[in-house]
Amino acid sequence: MLTIATGNKAVAAAVKEVKPSVVAAYPITPQTEIVETIADYVDAGTLSAAYIPVESEHSAMAACIGASITGVRTFTATSSHGLLYMHEMVNWAAAARLPIVMANVNRALGPGWNIWAEHTDSLQERDTGWLQVYVSTVQEAFDTTMMAFRIAEDERVLLPVMVNLDGFTLSHTFQSLETVIPGDYLPPISLPHAIDVEKPCGYGPMTGPDDYFRFRWDIERSMRDSGAVINEAQRIFAEKFKRSYGMTEEYRCEDAEVLVIAMGTLGKEAEVAVDVLRNEGIKAGSLRIRWFRPFPDLDIRGRDVVVIDRDYSFGFGGILADSIRARYSCSVSSVIAGLGGQEVTYNDIAAFVRDRKPGTEHWFGVKA
Amino acid sequence: MTEIPTQEFLRKCSTACAGCGAVLGLRYVLKAAGPDTVLVVPACCTSVMQGIYPNTAFGVPVFNVAFASAAATASGMSAAFRSMGRQTNVIAYGGDGGTVDIGIQALSGALERETDFLYICYDNEAYGNTGMQRSGSTPRGARTTTTPGGKTHSKKDLDRIVAAHNIPYMATACSAYPQDLFKKVRKALSIRGPTFIHILAPCPPGWRYSSEKTVEMGKLAVKTGIWVLYEREYDTLSINAASKAARKKPLALEEYLKPQGRFKGLDEKALTDLRQSMERNWRNLEQEVAGPC
Ligand SMILES: Cc1ncc(C[n+]2csc(CCOP(=O)(O)OP(=O)(O)O)c2C)c(N)n1
Ligand code: SF4
Ligand SMILES: [Mg+2]
Repeated sequence: MLTIATGNKAVAAAVKEVKPSVVAAYPITPQTEIVETIADYVDAGTLSAAYIPVESEHSAMAACIGASITGVRTFTATSSHGLLYMHEMVNWAAAARLPIVMANVNRALGPGWNIWAEHTDSLQERDTGWLQVYVSTVQEAFDTTMMAFRIAEDERVLLPVMVNLDGFTLSHTFQSLETVIPGDYLPPISLPHAIDVEKPCGYGPMTGPDDYFRFRWDIERSMRDSGAVINEAQRIFAEKFKRSYGMTEEYRCEDAEVLVIAMGTLGKEAEVAVDVLRNEGIKAGSLRIRWFRPFPDLDIRGRDVVVIDRDYSFGFGGILADSIRARYSCSVSSVIAGLGGQEVTYNDIAAFVRDRKPGTEHWFGVKA
Repeated sequence: MTEIPTQEFLRKCSTACAGCGAVLGLRYVLKAAGPDTVLVVPACCTSVMQGIYPNTAFGVPVFNVAFASAAATASGMSAAFRSMGRQTNVIAYGGDGGTVDIGIQALSGALERETDFLYICYDNEAYGNTGMQRSGSTPRGARTTTTPGGKTHSKKDLDRIVAAHNIPYMATACSAYPQDLFKKVRKALSIRGPTFIHILAPCPPGWRYSSEKTVEMGKLAVKTGIWVLYEREYDTLSINAASKAARKKPLALEEYLKPQGRFKGLDEKALTDLRQSMERNWRNLEQEVAGPC
């Protein structure tokens, strides 16, 4: 069905189509519209799910964990402080190997209170064992949410997936949306380790170093295997629904001499900047990172790289820039921009490229 | 009549909604507390009504803290002030969500540890900051954005939970009775140890009535008996005059419910439940006043 929707509504619409059995809900700006829309679906009977209006995010993830281990499909959504408040349970969900899907609407962290877009919230959860994907359009939010369930529930993965969308610039922005029904794209969930009273066993008891170590390696192995599962899920999605996605999204990269690397809506804005630069004769391309975990293979050799981070690791650097430096031993021009919803236009991005200085870090808008 | 100081600690640049019961209550809280006071404010409407940095609408320091953390942060602050020999009032001013839901663990801990502070929960019976979702304090039948068909669970009895901690002083209050609120804040701050006040704070956008009716709505809550004004010192309870009068000659509950859009389409079952929980509350309080029989 063709309609127009916000990023939040698109996520909720996808959740309606994948029919989770249990949804845990706790409000936080700018995510609230997702759980409110799902409440409306449940009230209207268009989604028959148990809707648990929990008393905190720690309990939201805990409720998803308790439901998921019985073998049913679960969903929750959060943002910023909500995500941080559930941190303990975020780790728990991954290590308990539960294919929970969560939408996180990226928002800055307090104090001071700020409700606008920033990626530091989800990037603080990067080491928890969750797959992480960052979307840039309303359609991509819908499609990726749907794919996330298939990927999480694949027995080669069995890890939770976090779908990230930028607060306001995407969560509250209307764009056209084509909704689809997953049909056999999404097989019924079958959790091999679901609780079974016929086969009693202990889940997560005291575990010695050797077994513990093996379990950790298992998570990493699944994380590595998940790349192939993601590619397969995206390929089959393209065949069925005619929209294709990759680990990254490349725009005019083939012959590019300088690449802009970013995530989320800034990555989309960078495509316009690339057109501006190309008109000036600068051979630029945009490489938008969709999947941050597992981290994708990037073809950046021999080119200048400008990395835009809407996040920061204090005392070290932009988290995306650091990941790229570490993996490719390259010198990047790092730009910190858009924190707390700071406005960044395609003209600003074009200027980042023109003014790039490999090996430096530039805080946009801060006078030296 | 109690002399209420003319000094204001709440400036006219507050960004609260017109007719906000929470900001009305806070005005009298601050008048009672005076300048040697720090407010500890978790995420809630009060985080917004201060205005935006670098401005502030409040005339005392406000320490904004994470949603779940008000009572615990206030514990630390109070311990520090007292260790410096300072008697500065530490007042946590949190919403119902920040108190009965996400913040209840921290509140319980601070009360049990006999923290020297005043915790005030202003209760607009929903999550106002995020646009009116249900909280544990939303009454049954009320429509919120996460209970579009009306809430199917009852309002959590916060006061009995607090009472179970056997603290030196606790009271209920209502923004529509500022004199009463003023006296209760003064009383609470005169006592060392944990004190608690629960203010019913009518909220025009959340309760869906027009903004000039906030005082009327608060008075109707008391006069119908759905909100009871009382004080408790350790285990000695006294019901306040306005509520005693209401108990003798209560207005019909419908007079309170009808003007509020959030109760539109309330079914018989929810209405019966509201009546029953109101009656249960009264019975509990009256039994407590009468003492063991
Ligand atoms: C950990 C965390 N979760 C969620 C939020 C979002 N949030 C901010 S205020 C609020 C509701 C506050 O409701 P209440 O305590 O009743 O105060 P009111 O807004 O009604 O004044 C919510 C859900 C947050 N800031 N932090
Ligand atoms: S939503 Fe209600 S409590 Fe919040 S500022 Fe407005 S009137 Fe006050
Ligand atoms: Mg509230």
